[in-house]
Amino acid sequence: MWENKPVLLLVLATVTILVGTVITMVLPFAWVNTDRDRIETVTPYNPLELAGRDVYIREGCNNCHSQTVRPLVTEVLRYGDYSKSGEFAYDQPHLWGSRRMGPDLARIGGKYPDAWHYKHMHEPKSMVPKTNMPAYAFLERNKVDPDETRHKMDVLGFPYTEADIKALQGKTEMDAMVAYLQKLGTGIDWRKQADSAVVGELVNPFRGDRTAAEAGESLYRKHCASCHGQEREGDIGPELTGLAGMDDGDLFEILYNGLPDGGMPAFSNLGATKNWQLVNYLLQED
Amino acid sequence: METPAYDYRIVRGFVVWSIIWGLVAVLVGVLISFQLCDPDLNLPPFLTYGRLRPLHTNAGIFGWGIGSFFALFFFMVQRLCRTSLWSPGLARFQLWFFNATIIAAAITLLLGYNTSKEYHELEWPVDIMVVILWVIFAINIIMTIIKRREEQMYISLWYMLACLVGVAVLYLVNAAEIPVSLFKSYSAYAGTNDANVQWWFGHNAVAMVLTAPPLAVFYYFLPKSTGVPIYSHRMSIIAFWSLIFMYLWTGAHHLLWTPVPDWVQTLAMAFSVMLIAPSWGSVFNGYLSMQGEWQQMKSNYLVKFLILGITFYGLQTLQGPLQSIRSFSAFIHYTDWVPGHVHMGTMGWVSLVLFAAIYYLAPYLFGRKVYSIGLANLHFWLVLIGQIIYSISMWIAGVQQAGMWHATNSDGSLTYTFMETLVEMYPYYWVRAFSGIIYLAGVVVFLYNLYMTAKKGEPAEQLAQQAN
Ligand code: HEC
Ligand code: HEC
Ligand code: HEM
Ligand code: HEM
Repeated sequence: MWENKPVLLLVLATVTILVGTVITMVLPFAWVNTDRDRIETVTPYNPLELAGRDVYIREGCNNCHSQTVRPLVTEVLRYGDYSKSGEFAYDQPHLWGSRRMGPDLARIGGKYPDAWHYKHMHEPKSMVPKTNMPAYAFLERNKVDPDETRHKMDVLGFPYTEADIKALQGKTEMDAMVAYLQKLGTGIDWRKQADSAVVGELVNPFRGDRTAAEAGESLYRKHCASCHGQEREGDIGPELTGLAGMDDGDLFEILYNGLPDGGMPAFSNLGATKNWQLVNYLLQED
Repeated sequence: METPAYDYRIVRGFVVWSIIWGLVAVLVGVLISFQLCDPDLNLPPFLTYGRLRPLHTNAGIFGWGIGSFFALFFFMVQRLCRTSLWSPGLARFQLWFFNATIIAAAITLLLGYNTSKEYHELEWPVDIMVVILWVIFAINIIMTIIKRREEQMYISLWYMLACLVGVAVLYLVNAAEIPVSLFKSYSAYAGTNDANVQWWFGHNAVAMVLTAPPLAVFYYFLPKSTGVPIYSHRMSIIAFWSLIFMYLWTGAHHLLWTPVPDWVQTLAMAFSVMLIAPSWGSVFNGYLSMQGEWQQMKSNYLVKFLILGITFYGLQTLQGPLQSIRSFSAFIHYTDWVPGHVHMGTMGWVSLVLFAAIYYLAPYLFGRKVYSIGLANLHFWLVLIGQIIYSISMWIAGVQQAGMWHATNSDGSLTYTFMETLVEMYPYYWVRAFSGIIYLAGVVVFLYNLYMTAKKGEPAEQLAQQAN
């Protein structure tokens, strides 16, 4: 019957597609971004962060980077606490992405010191030689427009002060980008809670073992040299010489849990063995 | 019986332009594949991977895909309704406006004006152009169907009508945004809601753009090419209604394990698996129509394109449901496995069916027979090999990468850093980039063959006059 009636077919087709639409797309609005998933500590973006977010969108970083950590063991180990709905309440649009050409960035905030990001964005290869991330040095030449940013804050209804807008004067898109990256995932205080309690006594299993120190040296080149320099001479992080007098266990804990406030990342995801190898390398006099 | 004055000129216009945009899509595809092997090929600010990838997907889906569907819908609707177009003038305006829209899209994407939403990157002024384009297209097709001189509407017309309403609903809902300036807007939805709306749109763009229209084309051109009717009318009715019913429940299979409510994910998973039935309804209908005609796979190059196309559709609709299962998604989501899936659909299913339809149309458009069947066969093998190498290399890459991401040592720590996994991907990226060159070579052969058809093909006067 409908096979002879195009208008009827159109109506029936519309009704047919609306059933699933209403149930799986409209209904969730009753759950999401309501009291059920609100997180008090999550705050809107400030003007500089918002400007950075818009650069992120403009450059299509989301084509290579996702922004949701799934509740899977290895994923939480690699990136940090899994993402919660309430953390995204101010994201218009969301930037979850669908590909991980590069690492997830949902919890990048606080992982590195600002200086690391400036160098990495300027020329990613200088920090990670084999990366395929493009260089974004040109962001250093573009200035953030304070008036436009104010307008954007108004449209989104985010709170700001005149001082915030004044402070944008002279800021580059690179400054904005770094500010945005440092904000990501910090709405909940997961870093402190994630500190892995080191179980048992801290006994260096490799004390005086040369091969362990050599293994530690190659680990150092891979994971540490970009911040502490090829010869431990210091760069973004402090010089790492003259540590021989340090307690093995203290050093281990610094590596294992990092010094989040100072910008030293945690390396617990490398596992205890590799961290001990690193400790033995650092303890070596050179 | 008198033959209506079919308008083939407009069909030719859309075919020519869609092929041009298709070539752009493939060229940019090859460029971004090489950028992933060597980041020095990025030329900031305009030609970086982050800006070029949306250009690639938009040129592929909107320029090549939808551009060809415009052409083929205009052809099929006239023939199936035994009547000329409702408004040839509107169609001519649409061609002009289509090109204006694609050019505006390409320029704005390179300038970095984008909404960030996959397959809906275009900012609001270009969005409005797309909506105008769709409305005038829909009106022209629907009015032509209404004034048809053929009582029954053939299967292809159902899929076309579903595509017209489906795309309209999806696009408008997902486009809700608050403009802040001429080329910047913010989504009207926030966070988890925005993600759920986006993938309700995203997956059904696959349904309404990369499934329904190529099925309309397949159902029309397979019988035309083989001379044998479609096996079962009843099967196509059931497949049609269940397909358009089920697809809309499945968007959240792109969001498994994310903060989207669990029950939405579970429904998406269940409906994705059920989708196998209507999808394979069409696959079987295609295969069974070939009963007793399989020798045509050798003798008729059009059949080769079409049957391989529907076969890839069949594989695609088995692989897709597999990817929708939580445990499997935990593994392959975010990896290179997914581009393998995508390109079996786009380079395989959609493009193969379009190539066949365009070869079939050539005599109507140029009044000449296809210049060289040999070249058409060469084209077939090049694109087939290119696509298969692309997909297989990405599936292997994806499984290996997933395995490395999830590997742990006995003390519970991660075995590989992120970079250690990426380094292992580079050989596959090189293979993929070269498979792209093979595919590109196939497309160049196709272009040459069409060009020579227009210039030097044997005249085929009577064909163009032939009635339905
Ligand atoms: C072609 C894909 C690609 C694009 C586009 C891209 N990145 Fe990356 N990104 C990577 C890869 C690969 C890595 C891992 C290696 C490295 O650190 O360079 C990475 C690493 C990062 C890291 C460090 C993550 C960590 O946990 O160590 C940050 C931060 C980052 N990218 C930010 C950005 C921003 C901001 C943009 C957009 C301006 C961007 N990326 C665009 C591929 C990309
Ligand atoms: C992203 C840059 C970065 C990386 C990568 C990094 N560090 Fe650090 N590291 C720092 C910073 C910054 C500090 C200073 C922290 C502070 O003073 O609170 C630091 C401090 C330290 C300290 C304490 C130094 C002292 O004198 O108290 C040690 C030991 C150390 N890092 C070892 C390592 C090792 C080993 C690695 C590789 C596994 C590593 N770091 C990787 C940035 C980094
Ligand atoms: C029953 C049918 C299908 C199902 C259930 C299905 C399922 C899926 C799933 C689950 C994903 C997400 C993969 C991931 O990121 O983890 C996906 C991605 C995709 N599929 Fe399919 N698929 C089907 C058919 C098709 C067809 C016929 C095409 C045609 C080309 C197609 C094109 C795509 C595209 C373009 C994406 C990528 C989306 C993105 O992340 O940007 N799919 N599909
Ligand atoms: C020579 C041919 C092609 C090459 C080399 C190529 C290359 C690429 C590359 C490198 C990507 C990015 C993959 C990633 O995220 O890691 C991509 C994505 C994509 N391409 Fe192509 N492509 C080709 C043809 C096509 C065609 C013809 C179409 C459409 C009709 C198409 C549609 C897409 C889509 C939809 C995506 C997004 C996939 C996703 O989100 O997972 N491609 N392509």
